[in-house]
Amino acid sequence: MDVNITGARVFLYNEALGGPIITESIVVMWGVMAFITLICFILTRNLQVRCATKRQAAAEWIVTKVTDLVRENMGERFAFFTPFIAALMALSAFSSLSSLLTFFSPTRDVSVLLGWALLVFALITYYKFKAGGPLGYIKGYLEPIPVLLPFNIISEIATPISMAFRHFGNIASGYVITTLIYAALAALSSGLFGAILPAIRGIPLFQIGLPAVFSIYFDLFSSCLQAFIFCMLTMMYIASAAEG
Amino acid sequence: MSAEMMNLLAQAIVLGCSAVGAGLAMIAGIGPGIGEGYAVGKACEAIGRQPECRGQVTSTMLLGCAVAETTGIYGFIVALILMFANPLMGRLTLIG
Repeated sequence: MDVNITGARVFLYNEALGGPIITESIVVMWGVMAFITLICFILTRNLQVRCATKRQAAAEWIVTKVTDLVRENMGERFAFFTPFIAALMALSAFSSLSSLLTFFSPTRDVSVLLGWALLVFALITYYKFKAGGPLGYIKGYLEPIPVLLPFNIISEIATPISMAFRHFGNIASGYVITTLIYAALAALSSGLFGAILPAIRGIPLFQIGLPAVFSIYFDLFSSCLQAFIFCMLTMMYIASAAEG
Repeated sequence: MSAEMMNLLAQAIVLGCSAVGAGLAMIAGIGPGIGEGYAVGKACEAIGRQPECRGQVTSTMLLGCAVAETTGIYGFIVALILMFANPLMGRLTLIG
């Protein structure tokens, strides 16, 4: 019995340019980006004020939901964040859901998520600077008492790392558990049916249908939930940074 | 014992201890389990008291659960590193 738990395959490797250049996660992300662009294109073709089609109703529903979410969590003055949050959520959700089509989920690659988390970290730092100026930013580290400076620095660095690892850990643990379930079901069916009928020893009959039950949680629910949580945390961190 | 056997034994000990360490790291899963269960219980109480706040309570609960989960995720990542990236193997100084 072999259980194969692997990371992203590397398609293009160059030592001089610092290691892997094109990996499986990047290629799948291109596909996801093309898919999202296609959805946006299809949904927003010939929009009308009256006699809205079903496509337009779907597009309006998505935009309204995201706008409401951003307004509720970040306030009216951050309403311009709606496209960013919607893009982040769609990218994260569809990247995780690509595992349903047996592709490698880019969200199972920690470097992808660390990239997104660093983007959010840059936004947080920018809004902290904007709210209090450089002096206020430095003063933020000395509160409530200056002795806590090292802990404040650690908690600042922990923000992007915990965001990235939370998303990565959830998707990767789902993948590991799903792989183990598949291996266990194959072993079970070859042990059970192989004893009765040696001819069908190699056919993992238990793998039909049963993994789908677990897939509802690990693929569908977990993917959408993690996309939502990543965006909620992004909105909350940015809004609280801007308050100063 | 030959040098080759000793090298093999040293590697086996490192691998075995890494596997045990990965298992021990996953004990970190207990904390988030208890914490999330407590949070969900409280959310159920809140919904029972005020059913009209269901949506808000649920989304706040999910967010809180995700944050509470972080320590468990750290344990999982330590386990993954021990199992697949094994940094301790590089510390071995082999004989010969």
